[in-house]
Amino acid sequence: MLKHKDVLGLREMSKEEILEILDVAQEMKKRIDNPKLRVDELKHTTVVTLFYENSTRTKTSFSLAGKYLGATVQDLGIATSSVNKGESLIDTGKTLDQMGVHVMIMRNSLTGAPHVLARNVDAHVINAGDGANEHPTQALLDLYTIRDYKKNFEGLKVAIIGDISHSRVARSNVFGLSKLGAEVTLAGPSTMLGGLGKLGIKTTSSIKEAVTDADVVMGLRIQFERQKTISFPGLEEYRQLFGVSGEILKYAKKDVLVMHPGPVNRGIEFTTDVVDGRNSVINIQVKNGLAVRMAILKLLMTGGSKA
Amino acid sequence: MRTLIKKGRILNPATNLDVVADLLIEDDKVSKIAENIETEADEVIDAEGKWVTPGFIDLHVHLRDPGFEYKETIETGSRAAAAGGFTSICCMPNTNPVIDSEIMVEYINLRAARGAVVNVLPIGAITKGQKGEELAEIGKMAKAGACAISEDGKSVMNAGLLKTAMNYSKMFNIPVLSHCEDKALVGGGVMNAGVQSQIMGLKGISNDSEDVIAARDIILAETTGAKLHLCHVSTRGSVQLLREAHERGVNVTAECCPHHFTLSDEAVTSYDANTKMNPPLRSNEDVEALRNALKDNTINVIATDHAPHSIDEKNCEYDKAAFGIVGLETAFALGETVLVEGGYLTPMGLIEKMTINPAKVLGIDKGDISEGKIADIAIIDPEAVYKIDASKFESKGKNTPFDGYEVKGKVLYTIVGGKTVFEKGTIK
Repeated sequence: MLKHKDVLGLREMSKEEILEILDVAQEMKKRIDNPKLRVDELKHTTVVTLFYENSTRTKTSFSLAGKYLGATVQDLGIATSSVNKGESLIDTGKTLDQMGVHVMIMRNSLTGAPHVLARNVDAHVINAGDGANEHPTQALLDLYTIRDYKKNFEGLKVAIIGDISHSRVARSNVFGLSKLGAEVTLAGPSTMLGGLGKLGIKTTSSIKEAVTDADVVMGLRIQFERQKTISFPGLEEYRQLFGVSGEILKYAKKDVLVMHPGPVNRGIEFTTDVVDGRNSVINIQVKNGLAVRMAILKLLMTGGSKA
Repeated sequence: MRTLIKKGRILNPATNLDVVADLLIEDDKVSKIAENIETEADEVIDAEGKWVTPGFIDLHVHLRDPGFEYKETIETGSRAAAAGGFTSICCMPNTNPVIDSEIMVEYINLRAARGAVVNVLPIGAITKGQKGEELAEIGKMAKAGACAISEDGKSVMNAGLLKTAMNYSKMFNIPVLSHCEDKALVGGGVMNAGVQSQIMGLKGISNDSEDVIAARDIILAETTGAKLHLCHVSTRGSVQLLREAHERGVNVTAECCPHHFTLSDEAVTSYDANTKMNPPLRSNEDVEALRNALKDNTINVIATDHAPHSIDEKNCEYDKAAFGIVGLETAFALGETVLVEGGYLTPMGLIEKMTINPAKVLGIDKGDISEGKIADIAIIDPEAVYKIDASKFESKGKNTPFDGYEVKGKVLYTIVGGKTVFEKGTIK
């Protein structure tokens, strides 16, 4: 049973809620693999996706998650909507509310935008990424993937490497992994480490140190679109000092999981042999993402608190 | 016209007078202060158990007029001031058009004469259009009544130009009110950079964005000998710089806003933009440093940075929301609640920072209710405990993080030039 009307972030989610989502996702994954198991349990549910920022996998994944559960899924093409006429987020939300929309899934470049929307609409709001704040469904699919291979989180060493300061994925993962008992190390250039260290998370600029004995190595994309001024001198320097190669990966545990939320800048965060190597679960993460999103939709519509 | 205020506790920091007595106003002046005045009067106010103080003077108000009258006008802003016990308010020049010429100063004077219930003192811009490129008509504005110059809302980033403005302003004996902010260091931040911004995932504004400009401006005041006043000091770094400057004898004063000495960034717990202002609510360490700086007079003025906005400009995404909150109608109560009740200032110390000290910064003959002085007076019930209700504000702006906040100390009367303009909740 989810405690809130909305899924806005892992910061406000309890350990029990996280584990419940992962459990339901396990059921959902079977339905992805076997279409015959799919039931239209959300037949009377209408889901709208509002993506104020570009996305391939998250939007498609949410859209299919709704469809596999039998819901009506509609994308509000922001580019062709009244948003372009200057309509406010709150007004857009209230308009959709009147049309009987049950779930609004939003991505927005502004931190807290889903929270503002959620306060102003009756519909459930799912955060599909807000600014550099949170991307809860990505973190949940990462947690699902980790649990699938490692069984539990207690004492697990997780290295998250790359552009931490601009990463909502890192933040959501830090909140989730910490609640579940994993030991997180954040690594990257000092100018990209951000301030999560202030919350007591271990940080380092030595990639080797971060990777050593790691159970999970998660790479993050350098978000060129969020950088006003680039925080490092050049790609070649980044590659040499902060990229994860097969050589570096040897310092990790033998059964290390290599993860990345995608899209990957091949040869920058990870060398190609790491992306495509035997420890990589990058493609499996995508399927798990669909399962997690189905689980959230199901939980919100069948048991989510309206309070 | 005679108004007799009976049995109030008269607090007049200009003469360090703290006495229970009667005060008689004749026309626009205080004519007599004595233990028991028996005389005919048009109006008698029973002030037993109340404080009778000089009307407050606010060095830092945004009246939004001209250009943004939907947020506030000179008239509505002046009513808010009266409701807060202020009898003189200085309005910042970041209007549209900017107050950067004699004609714009005269516009403010005209509008104030027509509709304001308190004294409105215009502040001129330092540069034309606040563009930071060439000097505004500082001399002509001063002659027309501008009480100070300021680029508030931003800093003059060209240090050479600012130095010239400081040198030039000395001829007219007006202070330079400096908003200290290096935008490159702010980098799009919307709240204080710290643990709380990490929790919230909002981009932070570091203390150094204020400190580097405060340091620069203090150095320029030292070399030019100009009167420098730092607006809305929010960091412990600025406090330290002020202390060191005072030790060297630099002519620099400073103000602190009630929200900065009351709340820390821990108040930013939801994405409600009523906690968004510039400078931002800082860390607990900064708040403590500000309170202590008020206590030891390193910061000698309390000013509101009253910044009204429409509901829509605040009820939106935090990043998009406008910076600033209203302050005129909550300033005194927060001062008494936090600083007097908290043991940082005596009642006299608080009143001083809201009356005679800002008057001294401007070099004007106000903020003193000795016999013969202008009768700008506030009467306060220091014992009243109540919850702030933003919906009752006279200001058009209801944007405050203090809605529902319990405070102590209520303004009952505001008298401007002998005329009662505010009485028990109502503008007259």
